[in-house]
Amino acid sequence: MTVTAAPAGHRQSTALEVASRVVDPELPMLTLADLGVLRGVEQDGAHVVVTITPTYSGCPAMAAMRDDLLRTLGEHGYDAEVRVSLHPAWTSDWISARGRAALRRHGISPPGPAPSGPVTLSLLPTRRDVTCPQCGSGRTELTSEFGSTACKALYRCADCLEPFDHVKEI
Amino acid sequence: MDDQDHDSVYDGLLGGDDSQWAFGTSFEDPLAGVDTTVPDGVDRTALAAYCLMLGDDALVASHRLSQWCSRAPDLEDDIALANIALDLLGQARLLLARAAAADPAVVPALPEGSPVPPEDALAFFRDQDAFRNVRLVEQVNGDFAATVVRLLVLATWRLALMQRLATSRDPVLSAIAAKAVKEITYHRDYAGRWVVTLAQGTAESRRRVQAGLATVWPLRWELDRDHAVEAELAEVGVGVRPSSVAAEVDVLLDQVLGVADLERPDVKPIGAHGGLTGRDGRHTEQLGLVLAELQSVARVHPQGRW
Repeated sequence: MTVTAAPAGHRQSTALEVASRVVDPELPMLTLADLGVLRGVEQDGAHVVVTITPTYSGCPAMAAMRDDLLRTLGEHGYDAEVRVSLHPAWTSDWISARGRAALRRHGISPPGPAPSGPVTLSLLPTRRDVTCPQCGSGRTELTSEFGSTACKALYRCADCLEPFDHVKEI
Repeated sequence: MDDQDHDSVYDGLLGGDDSQWAFGTSFEDPLAGVDTTVPDGVDRTALAAYCLMLGDDALVASHRLSQWCSRAPDLEDDIALANIALDLLGQARLLLARAAAADPAVVPALPEGSPVPPEDALAFFRDQDAFRNVRLVEQVNGDFAATVVRLLVLATWRLALMQRLATSRDPVLSAIAAKAVKEITYHRDYAGRWVVTLAQGTAESRRRVQAGLATVWPLRWELDRDHAVEAELAEVGVGVRPSSVAAEVDVLLDQVLGVADLERPDVKPIGAHGGLTGRDGRHTEQLGLVLAELQSVARVHPQGRW
């Protein structure tokens, strides 16, 4: 899919700068670059190829991300094309330090380090060191392994009693 | 109604907009830009059939799980089951798209001008005997206990397959599998914890989880069996023989049953029917009911308009 380019004079920012400003449709405090979904921007004059990697296989926001990238680049005079890269798979480790800080500011707990090594069966509740993004307390408890989206778990703070989302480690 | 301007309340939705929302508003290829060249020495028809098997398992399981939406015992589990269904639907979409890219002949022909992308054509316009899922995934949900037992068996088996498929010689399949491993790890833990919780709960919850085991266990036979297509793909380094993961799956399920203090049910396996299984397109009547619900709207409106 391509977007018709506006006159060349409109291109005052590089395609990388423009693409890096596009935000996630469900976590609008994060840019796609901070989320680690934006994997590459190749620019050849007005033509731009953007590469993205899906967070979860069934993430319904992928189409919106693609459309937002195409529209924003189109508005800045670029003829853009979005390609999907499945390998390597997205990991929560790709969320940038700036992205983590933005999540915390908005009341969402950022992920810890992604698990590595062999996959093990775990029959006990997942143990994570989760800090309450509201009050900073470390006394938090898991209420559900799946929260408002597939990528988040639901927690509750035992001190300030606020519920909050935690972006899962994958 | 005194609204003279519209014949139907849907007019405003259709208008001059070409986003035919019956099939979603985005028809983009989920494999856009991915190199879908079939690796050397791999038969494209067999590769497509193999991707349909793995994709149909996910699609049908996803549909069954989505039937829990708004009906689960509590809100957290409603969301959890819907999210697990969504993960599986995402895997199905990629796998069906991979099947269509490997061998376009598997995609049902649709009327000219239909906006339906290949993976949707495979999901919505194939008949029951063209579906290659195992019969485990098509069964009625039953109660919550039966659902988590079935999910435990499915996730344990699928995770073992996907871990090995992550090194498939087909780069598309290996990428899909590597992603799926991360997702199914959660599915398996979720199901395992509920099996243990129910088994150690009340007499009633324990009775129900035991009854769930008794209905699900006979369908495990088919999971361990190597279909000719699976054997052929394993031979060329693209697929995995289910028999090669059977022992591992057994050990893991025994671990859960051990923690839950449950006995393996002593039940007779449901074998092939006239030598055929779900992998050959021979299904139980339950799949027809799933497909009626899944496909009827798409089939009535193949142009995505009404």
